Amino acid sequence: MKILVCISKTPDTTAKIAFTDNSTKFDENGVQFILNPYDEWYALVRAIELKEKDPSTIIHLIHVGPAENDAIIRKALALGGDEAIRVNTTPADDYSVAAQIAAVAKENQYDLIFTGKETIDYNGASIGGMVAELLGMPYISFATKFELAGTTATVIREIEGGAETDEVALPLVVSCQAGVAEQRIPNMRGIMGARTKPLKVTEPINIEPLTSVKSFELPAPKQGVKMVPADTPEELVRLLHEEAKVI
Amino acid sequence: MSVLVFIDQSEGHIKKSSFEAAAYGAKIAEQSGTTANGIVLGKVNDDLAALGKYGLKTIYHADDDKLNQLDDEVYTAVLAGVVKSSGSNVVVFSNNFNGKAVAPRLSARLQAGLVAGAVALPDITNGFVVKKSVFSGKAFANIEIKTDIKIISLNANAYKAETREGIAAIEKITPEVPVRKVTVKGVEVLKGEVPLAEAEIVVSGGRGLKGPENWGIVTDLAQALGAATACSRPVSDSGWRPHHEHVGQTGLAVAPNLYIAIGISGAIQHLAGVNRSKVIVVINKDPEAPFFKAADYGIIGDAFEVVPKITEAVKKLKG
Repeated sequence: MKILVCISKTPDTTAKIAFTDNSTKFDENGVQFILNPYDEWYALVRAIELKEKDPSTIIHLIHVGPAENDAIIRKALALGGDEAIRVNTTPADDYSVAAQIAAVAKENQYDLIFTGKETIDYNGASIGGMVAELLGMPYISFATKFELAGTTATVIREIEGGAETDEVALPLVVSCQAGVAEQRIPNMRGIMGARTKPLKVTEPINIEPLTSVKSFELPAPKQGVKMVPADTPEELVRLLHEEAKVI
Repeated sequence: MSVLVFIDQSEGHIKKSSFEAAAYGAKIAEQSGTTANGIVLGKVNDDLAALGKYGLKTIYHADDDKLNQLDDEVYTAVLAGVVKSSGSNVVVFSNNFNGKAVAPRLSARLQAGLVAGAVALPDITNGFVVKKSVFSGKAFANIEIKTDIKIISLNANAYKAETREGIAAIEKITPEVPVRKVTVKGVEVLKGEVPLAEAEIVVSGGRGLKGPENWGIVTDLAQALGAATACSRPVSDSGWRPHHEHVGQTGLAVAPNLYIAIGISGAIQHLAGVNRSKVIVVINKDPEAPFFKAADYGIIGDAFEVVPKITEAVKKLKG
């Protein structure tokens, strides 16, 4: 069993969001970067859990990004995984990231490819579906449970208005969200071991991005809160009805 | 050249988000002097001609039982065929679970640029630029789609489904349906609940409610308002409420017209999932709760006393 886990680097969930260069670039000044939470908490940890059940499982991590992101990749390796592959390019859009991942996956013949349900910066939720299409594999999005028996996966996924239980033969691409795995933190042994795990750097294939970011905007600031005394909550209902017109 | 709108059906019914996508697609068509059509996959009980009210001209309907349930590979194959045969150059999805499963795949298949999470009409004055929500609702990005075919996935409640006079023509199609690789073993439908992602009003509870046994005040208010219920992360992590109700940075991001937060302090991660809401009401007994800074209306008080009174006032208002 060979599993590929796609990992992305994102600003910390508490990071201040600001832009520079005439609002065309994210302002990294003073921002701490983390592993995208869905990739870490669910995709990577589920892969590790599967390896704990079947130690012959091999886990590769893949990241598309420049050398400065190696620290984030080591952080992921501290949690688990046998080796990491970094495609040495700055991501241009979701399609070009998916194409780089698919190119590596094609060579290495994975049985399972896990992604997080989305990144918390671009919120595209696109990489899994694109990788699956490029590899001609089935794709299960928004998994909340993932079980494996031999080469058959049973997955519960969120769909519009409910949940669906699917059965599908490997190979397979799955995007993971809460429920798939129990979040964990790396231990000292993991952190020490991560330093010596292989981190291979591979050069990108030539891909023309399909989209490009023109500029960023921040939402208009709130007008300020209007307080309603606790002893007249019916006043709130009046305001919502007559002033805000939302009920 | 035309616009094609993916009309989402669930259990044979067309979803509200599809009406928004239809109206949005029709407006894009109007902007660029072309027509907008719809595509429906699988058996549907609703009147498809009524989609004309949202500005769609023709509904392509693949009335095939093999298409009743979502399968991204099968849907992509069929949609790719219809995009080609109808000569569509813009494809519109709802950015919901179904849209997120299919749109990226179609994008890769057609090598067509995708903007997932659009919040406004495209700006076509200089290229084709779509504004989308990024950083979990904390910012927007204007993204140019550079390919001939463009795919847009529209966020819920981002575009009003305005109606007009109109009846759509129905054109039955019989596409070749590939064999599914994924077998659906069961579907659990959330019955009687308002789906959270597309709800216009959301009532949400936090740790301040102290335990799952106290959720009655939340569900009562939600019921009176016809709202969906939601919760903060500590609440779903403690198992007080199911995971699918968790809104926030790591849960579902929602953008209702009205978000009522009860006993939620408003950590930045929670705000990230709700700050696209049009109006935010915060009810908290701690006057220092950071959520008040992001709110439009606030009440400092004990939720157990305040919320039932609000519910009563809502019932009175609704008669």
